[in-house]
Amino acid sequence: MTNLAPVKSKNKIRIPFQVRFEPRLGELKWWQSLLITLIALIVSLLIGALLLSVVGGNPWKAYSHIAKASFGDIGVFSDTMVKAIPLILIGLACSVAFRMKLWNIGAEGQFFLGAFGASIVVLIPIVPDGSPSWVYISVMALFAMVFGALWGFLPGYLKARFNVNEVISTLMMNYIAVAWNNFFIYAVWSEGGFQMSKMFPKAAWLPRLTDFSKQIPELRGLTTHAGLIFALIMVVIVWFLLSRSRWGYEIRLIGDNPKAANYAGIQIKKNVILVMMLSGGLAGLAGMSEISGVVHRLQGAISPGYGFTGIIVAWLAKLNPFLVVIVSILFGGLILAGREIQPSGIPKLIQGIILVCLIASDYLVRNRIRIIRRMED
Amino acid sequence: MMNNSDQPTELQADTVVSMQGIVKQFPGVLANDRVTFTLKRGEIHALLGENGAGKSTLMNILTGLYKPDNGMITVQGKRVVFSSPNQAIAHGIGMVHQHFMLVPTQTVTENILLGLNEPRFRLNLSKYNAIVKDLGERMGLPIDPTAHIWQLSVGEQQRVELLKILYRGAEVLILDEPTAVLAPQEIEAFFCTLRKMTSQGKSIIFISHKLNEVLQIADRVTVMRRGRVTAEGVNPNGLSIRDLAKLMVGREITFDVKKEDITPGEVVLSIEDLACENDKGLPALRGVTMSIRHGEIVGLAGVAGNGQRELAEVITGLRKSTRGKITIHDRDVTHTDPRNHIRHGISHIPEDRHHTGTAPNLSLTDNVIMKSYTHAPISKGWTINQVAAERYATDLRSAYNILSPTIKTPVRLLSGGNLQRVILAREISTQPALMVAMQPTRGLDVGAIEGVQKLLLLQREAGAGILLVSEELDELLALSDRIYVIFEGRIVGEVVDKDIDRIGFLMCGTSPEKNEAMGEKND
Repeated sequence: MTNLAPVKSKNKIRIPFQVRFEPRLGELKWWQSLLITLIALIVSLLIGALLLSVVGGNPWKAYSHIAKASFGDIGVFSDTMVKAIPLILIGLACSVAFRMKLWNIGAEGQFFLGAFGASIVVLIPIVPDGSPSWVYISVMALFAMVFGALWGFLPGYLKARFNVNEVISTLMMNYIAVAWNNFFIYAVWSEGGFQMSKMFPKAAWLPRLTDFSKQIPELRGLTTHAGLIFALIMVVIVWFLLSRSRWGYEIRLIGDNPKAANYAGIQIKKNVILVMMLSGGLAGLAGMSEISGVVHRLQGAISPGYGFTGIIVAWLAKLNPFLVVIVSILFGGLILAGREIQPSGIPKLIQGIILVCLIASDYLVRNRIRIIRRMED
Repeated sequence: MMNNSDQPTELQADTVVSMQGIVKQFPGVLANDRVTFTLKRGEIHALLGENGAGKSTLMNILTGLYKPDNGMITVQGKRVVFSSPNQAIAHGIGMVHQHFMLVPTQTVTENILLGLNEPRFRLNLSKYNAIVKDLGERMGLPIDPTAHIWQLSVGEQQRVELLKILYRGAEVLILDEPTAVLAPQEIEAFFCTLRKMTSQGKSIIFISHKLNEVLQIADRVTVMRRGRVTAEGVNPNGLSIRDLAKLMVGREITFDVKKEDITPGEVVLSIEDLACENDKGLPALRGVTMSIRHGEIVGLAGVAGNGQRELAEVITGLRKSTRGKITIHDRDVTHTDPRNHIRHGISHIPEDRHHTGTAPNLSLTDNVIMKSYTHAPISKGWTINQVAAERYATDLRSAYNILSPTIKTPVRLLSGGNLQRVILAREISTQPALMVAMQPTRGLDVGAIEGVQKLLLLQREAGAGILLVSEELDELLALSDRIYVIFEGRIVGEVVDKDIDRIGFLMCGTSPEKNEAMGEKND
């Protein structure tokens, strides 16, 4: 400790500059964050290309195939939109909850319960057979949202009352929801031994573009259904709730600093339950739109993991309802492409890489790079 | 140009540390602009400056946390370049930070040995206990080396921090606002310790913005303002507080608080036999009785952690009481939620600006409407009138001089003083009947303190009752109409005649007049 020689290693390699990350003190301009997101996307596609070429594929062919398979013409784009509809609704569901830092991982389960809720309207039946279409659809949407909200209420209540971690409870409830649905399609509403219910009457179908092909022949074969209208209405409603309403303000405040929210007199527990219910309701509506717009019956495999992809969608959209639409279309395309190209794991892989790159790029949002000339002494 | 060799620079023999022409540029701020600082052996050198003046940057450079963009540091006459705090401590430079870095569940000795290379594997604790005890006694820092940190008072924990760097062979001790956590009596003892250490050849850099302490203890003073040195190594003899303040702030500061004579009105808050628990479920308040009238500032003095925070939280509805009664304007609000307390006109300047008082990532607008978003004009039905909210924020921003780029700026980007103004603006603009102000000037610089104190006095003139909780006795004495002293969750006395000695004794729980200590309510 008495050794006071200057600290200096003699054999250090001298680089004339130094790259440093420093916390960003100011705010980002909108174009800067857009640029960072774009760069992250490009980097993730490059990484994906590298992996593709390592396994012996031609990355550019693969990419152009994905693009063609999901955005190539109006027909496949329509299919992409079909995939995007549940993603939009679930992306919204997750955005609402995540705004409050409530980690609802249970959108998948709420989606299944929503599908179940919509199905009982036809299968019990709640509305008499032969009801007009608008009665069917509105009652089904209502039931789906109520059942989804109920599935959100349970973990919300547990969190508010007993401080049960919502990540665990919502995740576990996904399995219960799937098993619940399976019980009904195997045992109760099994149609001729198949694990699916009977086909719903036409009146309970969400109208598709192709249904109007008599009037407008260009729409023939287009499967995009009216669930898209539900989804877009919900985008506007959720946006308004989150950024214009008093409740949205409370959600933002709780999300950023629960202590400050409590200090401002906001009831956090009540809001935990309400937000979980809204989140569940939105996911439930996605279940209804899938049942009523695509498969037209209650059956098993109605979701290729929408509930989980929705989490990614919400995250990438930075919890912004309008961006949720754009990201959902992109991911809808990737899901669709997954069926088209072999090996089908590639789009999933790219999804994963995009997510990792975007999350990593967040570091650049919070920090800035500085290149400093080394001050040699 | 700078000297490009490693040769020892010839300086006076008694100079321990010399920093010459230190420049450090941060994005948008020149934190240190050609700063020169020298420390002589055996002196206490006060480093004075407002928040953001560059004191911390300079010390972080000296301890190896930052690398200067330019400039030269010599220690004991030899040129040094530190790239980590470890190298600084190897050269005998150690720092005690304002917030202690100790492991509460471990003993004093264990904390001191933490992170050292020796002992390597087997902790021969009894041997090291003896070493620590001996070191403590030599340096005037007596301590039980086997005590666990959580059992120690704040003052004792500070001793552990000092021992930690002394054990590592520190010759130069940098103390960052060391007196902020101490009671007046402890400060005296602490200064004796510092003297004892300097008499043994240690040199001390004393960072502070308490001017009276600087005048009392420092051999020399260096004052910084906006990254520059405005007074280098001056002898404080013959300087007044006013002179130092002027050097710090760059303008005259009025220390005489002008208080209007006001006859207090009716009682706004009355508390009877209030008890509550702290976060660990231990009793924090054990029967507090007090009352506050309109138009008076009531001070609450006490060493930190004697129930002040809990009292403020119970009054504002943030904490549940276990016993007793709170009434505001004769209405019982005991056991109601914070919203009800806000509705009855209680506003609250919380102790913790960042974690309770504001939502850091939300905009200035969102932060100022926190208490008023439920009323018109900001509330419009179940929506928020964005135009009205932004107008409100713009008005407050200019009325309270909040320096922020826009009203959309997240408040985490604001400085401490500005953040405090955001909170004050919000809490005052609701025109409260009662204001609970916890440490409203802590961590602020002289200029900002003046502004905050004026705002509190204006509230008093406007007829609000104010409970002022502060660890700055000077401030309490200057602002308060009367002062309660709290000790271990009880009000141990009420002082109306500004008798600072009596307050000091009461704060330490050693009442000179034991028989009148408890439950006293009247003047």
